[in-house]
Amino acid sequence: MAEAKPTPTPRPKPFSIPRQPMPEQPPQVRVKNFREVPYGLTPDLAILEASRCIQCKNPACIKGCPVNIKIPEFIDLVRQGKFLEAARKIKEDNALPAVCGRVCPQEEQCEMPCVLGKKHQPVAIGRLERFVADFERVTGNVEIPQVAPPTGKRVAVVGSGPAGLTVAGDLVMLGHDVTMFEALHKAGGVLMYGIPEFRLPKDIVQSEVAYIRNLGAKLECDVVVGKTVTIDELMNEEGFDACFVGTGAGLPYFMNVPGENLIGIYSANEYLTRSNLMKAYLFPDADTPVSRGRHVAVIGGGNVAMDSARTAMRMGAEKVYLIYRRSKKEMPARIEEVHHAEEEGIEFHFLTNPIAYHGNSEAWVTEIECQKMELGEPDASGRRRPVPVKGSEYRLPVDTVIVSIGNGANPLVPATTPGLDTNKWGNILADQETGKTSKKGVFAGGDIVIGAATVILAMGAGRKAAAAMHQYLTNGVW
Amino acid sequence: MFPIVESREIAKNVFFQKIRAPRIARKRKAGQFLVLRRGELSERIPLTIVDSDPAAGTVTIIYQVVGKSTAELAAMKVGDELVDVVGPLGLPTHIESFGTVVGIGGGIGTAPLLPIATAIKKAGNELVSIVGARTKDLLILEDEMKAISDRCIVTTDDGSYAKKGFVTTALQEFIDGGLKIGLCIAIGPVPMMRAVAEVTRPHGIKTVVSLNPIMVDATGMCGACRVSVGGKTKFVCVDGPEFDGHLVDFKELTMRNRAYLSQEKEAMDRYEHKDGACMGGKAPAPKAAPTPVTTGGAR
Repeated sequence: MAEAKPTPTPRPKPFSIPRQPMPEQPPQVRVKNFREVPYGLTPDLAILEASRCIQCKNPACIKGCPVNIKIPEFIDLVRQGKFLEAARKIKEDNALPAVCGRVCPQEEQCEMPCVLGKKHQPVAIGRLERFVADFERVTGNVEIPQVAPPTGKRVAVVGSGPAGLTVAGDLVMLGHDVTMFEALHKAGGVLMYGIPEFRLPKDIVQSEVAYIRNLGAKLECDVVVGKTVTIDELMNEEGFDACFVGTGAGLPYFMNVPGENLIGIYSANEYLTRSNLMKAYLFPDADTPVSRGRHVAVIGGGNVAMDSARTAMRMGAEKVYLIYRRSKKEMPARIEEVHHAEEEGIEFHFLTNPIAYHGNSEAWVTEIECQKMELGEPDASGRRRPVPVKGSEYRLPVDTVIVSIGNGANPLVPATTPGLDTNKWGNILADQETGKTSKKGVFAGGDIVIGAATVILAMGAGRKAAAAMHQYLTNGVW
Repeated sequence: MFPIVESREIAKNVFFQKIRAPRIARKRKAGQFLVLRRGELSERIPLTIVDSDPAAGTVTIIYQVVGKSTAELAAMKVGDELVDVVGPLGLPTHIESFGTVVGIGGGIGTAPLLPIATAIKKAGNELVSIVGARTKDLLILEDEMKAISDRCIVTTDDGSYAKKGFVTTALQEFIDGGLKIGLCIAIGPVPMMRAVAEVTRPHGIKTVVSLNPIMVDATGMCGACRVSVGGKTKFVCVDGPEFDGHLVDFKELTMRNRAYLSQEKEAMDRYEHKDGACMGGKAPAPKAAPTPVTTGGAR
């Protein structure tokens, strides 16, 4: 891809250009492969889309972004065909644009307040972000900026997911000596084990990780903090001056219904870890197998459920049922993900809840027993509470079930770190603005603090914590 | 990277390897395990840490070749490097003064028993051990177990060596002989652990078993290793690997361990074929044990 000529696009008449559609693999083709679904914008489409931005004086989009990317500025650079400059403009605030351009819920963040969205469709900010990040990487133009002179301060970052990578990137830029500790064998956290290849290619995650390492951050994989080494040992024996805990929400919930331990019933974490991190879709070239179910039920209505259902389709399932206890309106998944899942032939069973699983003599699951639900009064979350409909039980034949009803806080670090306080759900108590915990020198952010959420919220928390950590490392004031 | 610094076959298809992994060697306690990966597309294999040397920064594993992954591991030589070794994982064995402890190791299960029995003995307990195997060729660590035990009985199912019979027969004899047992620890194939639990149950002898279900991340993230203990679901990787043998649902564990039998066979067949046909008459890899044991079954 060559740098496109700066096209002197005239300022468009407001709203005269429609939002440019994203070219993507047709559903019937993509369900048979693990390649990324959208191809990405072409340079021409990107320029056209960028020219839709009316460059608001008081841009609401920036406020909608958890890391406050200078959105109108980078979009204007795209409009001028200055794609590399645009990528670098984003990187002033976000070290992982190729990831965020793909997995952020832009429709409820930067794109939601876009003025164009009031009467027309908002500027496709996410797609433009993805485009410039890809352009920079694919053309081999990723530039390693000059980092600040060494401060002599050492920082341990526990967990190399979105929060940890952000903290590492920010602090290494400020001259601190940063080491990331990762429990698994590849850095990236949920970006590697959770989000599927067809939504976030793993080589892209690894090049974003490589970027952080090229800035100077060190990475030690295969270190389970709490087991291999404790926070206290890192701080007291290994000489780290501060520590960031970004260990995520890694504890899978089950429903505790009868038959849930039958073979073929997975947590979404297991199913996705097998297929993404361990590359089970390549079995037997990769060693780790995963069930290639013909009839698959996915329980849950979030993004992880969509990822699981769409993965099952690609693993050759004939039928994939998505079973969710509320109605479509209450589903926490992104609209785009639901839309993709529908296109790919996932069969949605709304207002339905599993109450038992039945198996054969080999203990393989053969049937899921469901119950219809109806919506009652709103509950604590403000959503209407699903109530069982008596006598509505029915069974579906299944050979694989993926339980995707959420994850709790990873208990390892809190359990092995005296003085680190948690709430009753095991989430680490940390100040929202600074990430400061109850333990001196220890900061935390991301899912381990707020519970299972999104990549960009974790990055936002990492950004704030990094700023506070820099302050603490500079003046020593807790 | 984690280099192999020592490697030898100590019984038929049973391998002893020392790996350099300083962080793990420093922290490891009896009863804990590690997870290793040989190469980029390899699976994560959980194996008990049999011994560690913090000064040398090494950990010892002993395992049986039961499938492709363990065969590949066994084919690695001194100086070869594993891409990943992580640990120590799981909870350490609860060690206290129990009085007389009977430690029972069946087949490859004697490998994880050895460090636990050593720690138990060190804590001042009387250690009576029963070391069993199907046949003489499969017996391991007899001398090591004898060296730490106050009494040690060796059994083979087929009578090809020492006392003929099952480990449970020897255990029953100790009980009948009036031995006052404070704790029984049994590690071996699932049917053996279940049988031991049934022998001790009527006598109310506290019985601990160490489980080796299928695992993936082995840090509590996935739930592949879930097992029912006293009607509650536990994750063996973080809540175990040791549990009360009288409460474990062994039937469920046996079934769950068979989840990937066909894939394991497919992988092994392919591996052996590749080795014979494509590598031009090189010595074939050690053959898999005839009994189907699943991932993690290698101990």
